[in-house]
Amino acid sequence: MVQGRKRPAIAGWKNGQIKGLCGDRAESCDIVPIRCDNLHSTFCLEGLYDPIDMNQRGSGKVVCMVVPSLAPCMDSKDWGAEMAQNKAKMISLEEGGFAIFLVVLAFVCLIVAGKTFDQVMAFHAGIGTLFAAVGVFFIFKNYFDDGGEPIPAEIDGKPNYNMGPVKFGTIAAVFWGLAGFTVGLVIALQLAWPALNFDLPWTNFGRLRPLHTSAVIFAFGGNVLLATSMYVVQRTSRARMPGRILPWFVILGYNAFIVIAGTGYLLGVTQSKEYAEPEWYADLWLTIVWVFYLFLFLGTLWKRKEPHIYVANWFYLAFIVTIAMLHITNNLTIPVSIYSTKSYIVWSGVQDAMVQWWYGHNAVGFFLTAGFLAIMYYFIPKQADRPVYSYRLSIVHFWALIFLYIWAGPHHLHYTALPQWASTLGATFSIILWMPSWGGMINGLMTLSGAWDKLRTDPVLRMMVVSVAFYGMSTFEGPLMSLRSVNSLSHYTDWTIGHVHSGALGWVGYISFGAIYCLVPWLWNKKQLYSLKLVNWHFWLSTLGIVLYITAMWVSGIMQGLMWRAYDSLGFLEYSFVETVEAMHPFYIIRALGGALFVIGAVIMAYNLWMTVRHGEAEEADAAPAGSLAPAE
Amino acid sequence: MADAHNKEVDQVSGVETTGHEWDGLKELNNPLPRWWLYLFYVTIAWAVVYWILYPAWPLVTSYTTGVLGANQRMEAIAAYDQGIADRSEFADKIVATSLQDISADQDMLQFALANGQAAFGDNCAPCHGSGGTGAEGYPNLQDDTWLWGGTLDDIQTTLLHGIRTTNDDTRFGDMPAYGRDELLSKDEINQVSNFVASKAGLETDEGVDLAAGQTLYEDNCAACHGDNLEGIQEVGAPSLMSANYLYGKSLDAIKAQVTNPRNGVMPAWADRLDPATIKSLTVYVHSFGGGQ
Repeated sequence: MVQGRKRPAIAGWKNGQIKGLCGDRAESCDIVPIRCDNLHSTFCLEGLYDPIDMNQRGSGKVVCMVVPSLAPCMDSKDWGAEMAQNKAKMISLEEGGFAIFLVVLAFVCLIVAGKTFDQVMAFHAGIGTLFAAVGVFFIFKNYFDDGGEPIPAEIDGKPNYNMGPVKFGTIAAVFWGLAGFTVGLVIALQLAWPALNFDLPWTNFGRLRPLHTSAVIFAFGGNVLLATSMYVVQRTSRARMPGRILPWFVILGYNAFIVIAGTGYLLGVTQSKEYAEPEWYADLWLTIVWVFYLFLFLGTLWKRKEPHIYVANWFYLAFIVTIAMLHITNNLTIPVSIYSTKSYIVWSGVQDAMVQWWYGHNAVGFFLTAGFLAIMYYFIPKQADRPVYSYRLSIVHFWALIFLYIWAGPHHLHYTALPQWASTLGATFSIILWMPSWGGMINGLMTLSGAWDKLRTDPVLRMMVVSVAFYGMSTFEGPLMSLRSVNSLSHYTDWTIGHVHSGALGWVGYISFGAIYCLVPWLWNKKQLYSLKLVNWHFWLSTLGIVLYITAMWVSGIMQGLMWRAYDSLGFLEYSFVETVEAMHPFYIIRALGGALFVIGAVIMAYNLWMTVRHGEAEEADAAPAGSLAPAE
Repeated sequence: MADAHNKEVDQVSGVETTGHEWDGLKELNNPLPRWWLYLFYVTIAWAVVYWILYPAWPLVTSYTTGVLGANQRMEAIAAYDQGIADRSEFADKIVATSLQDISADQDMLQFALANGQAAFGDNCAPCHGSGGTGAEGYPNLQDDTWLWGGTLDDIQTTLLHGIRTTNDDTRFGDMPAYGRDELLSKDEINQVSNFVASKAGLETDEGVDLAAGQTLYEDNCAACHGDNLEGIQEVGAPSLMSANYLYGKSLDAIKAQVTNPRNGVMPAWADRLDPATIKSLTVYVHSFGGGQ
């Protein structure tokens, strides 16, 4: 007897009806065959179960699905023999390939864990062994559960989207977001009250700061990008993502990277490159995952049923390709030994600095800008129910943006050992970048023309629109700060921190929250969010938090810069460094307060999403919710 | 994949769509906003002008230097030299004047104090505190207790050569580790510590033989700290009668220091700061009120 985990398995055949086992529950339910062809039989299940996750009770609607078996078409066939035949199907190349790869990986990790002299390496190799072994287990469990039958790409001519990994990514994003924001609050408090470092290595600012930046950028932002890109590329291509293991490998592999990187920081493993702190083995693993991500994305585009590629997918593709290039170049490193966490970067001196900031700035450009513009291009028109303002603008600003961004890195190294010509180039390209950046803002905001009234009633849309406004503000401030004369005041001060957070909290945070608020009801087939009132609370609390944060940092940053350069009448520095630190104390407290409000907002969001999934009203069958299987004809 | 262009006119804006549709999403065929395009051109033109004026583009073995001949490294060196030149009037005078005579000239004193304050904030304050009040292990510069002397010359010598540094003329005093090196037994350390505590007016343990402690003191400590616990500044041995103990004034702190002493280090500044700044710092520190 076969017991399907994701799809109902047919358990018996009686009185012209098939008795099925649905989900993991050993309950029977009636499955009515409605159509047979040579390969598949389509059944309609009397809707006891949620069509995406068969373990969930559904809405009672009629749901159809394909069961890859001829058995119901053959009245008198011996059902058991049919199933036995199915079970004998070969494991697919993809499943086998991944299984072999993970088995090899598990053994390599096991050997490293056993032979290393480095405790952190032993710990990480242990995690690697565990992940790989669990991966192999699930590949085989999956194979034995469904007999190796391929999952249909379409059902009744409608795409059979693969939304499991999207759901996982969405949950992971909320989880990591809460973690990353909280660590951010902790380090903000540490700056105001250094005693909170507790004199422990693991809770020291130096280790928690990269934990915060990586958690919010790569763990929260990365999962948002992975989840939305998988969702958007499927929906706008009208095609199921290729592969059965591949999408899960990408999303789980990426999160495994985050676990390795984050625990590494806490245990003191870092290569000391900002936003690229993970050591060589974590980088190597991310490279593998990322290449598979590229294949997955390209594969979906390749299979698309639409003549054109939607603008959001251009941005996603630019993000995926460029991040691969940046990540590999900046992390070219030689490990001390395969048993050691330590490695040495091949770049040195000012070249290392230049490569690092070429990476660092384009992590902002392609991870935090291009990727999230892709989200903007799908979720804002979708939620506003309006066409994108200008196709032409989207093309011109896309190509201008990706061509120009890659040059802007040197503006992080003004007045250093970097040659002046490189610094000039970086600054001038940053100025040229202003309008291409604003192209996205214009397209986002103008898409709302004719729908501005929705901002009053739809806090989710409002969040995304405010996000675009913050984007516009940050991308104006950025070029300004890239000029040498402005930079000589702003650099190394908290102004930079304020600038980054107006983009991070305002733009990246809000567009992500907006997308998650849209995605959760769509993915879990709910009519709407549990509470729009709570979204409103989230919006206002975190907006107040952002405003407190960035104004505190502007004031303290400019004050800091001016104090550093203040001379007395005899030509001596007016203030010592420690006096500037003392002067910033009140602003550090205000900043921490702003951060606390942002964290509270995120907690409210998590509660709202949880209640939506658990208790939200189910979507009506005929409303064709995004991500669900098609209802019966 | 037939390219079906179903262009339609959007009812709200009256603008035609491109005829594409993805998952219900359409796009309008609006032109580029004029102001956007022109500002884009302006930024490009600005950049081109900037490239002509300043060093900008790499060539095979050199780079375009720009018609202004700007060179930020040369500008930085010039600005630094200018700063030195602006101060040289007083700085040269300070170098040429004896420490004692600096305070006689009001203008020179004002300059020395300003120079000293700036240098103190960035070099000394991390240990001695921004007001020179010190902390445990870091001497208070405002009080009358001086380990190595509080005259202008003593302070300058300490500044120039440091304490327990690798500088050839460094001040060097080494409190032996009586406990760690097993020079005295635990009981003996207890006795001598109680003796010192009793002399310093601190509470002592009950029933400790203070006479034995005194004998131990005379045999082991008096050579540096003096027969009457008054200390000897030439070897940096502090007075044990003073109000301030560097590593804490309590019986436990005395025992700790005798058992496993801390011998703090002060950097030598002769190689890091110019002579005028060291002299200025000397005058500044001396002016805290504790100077002798």
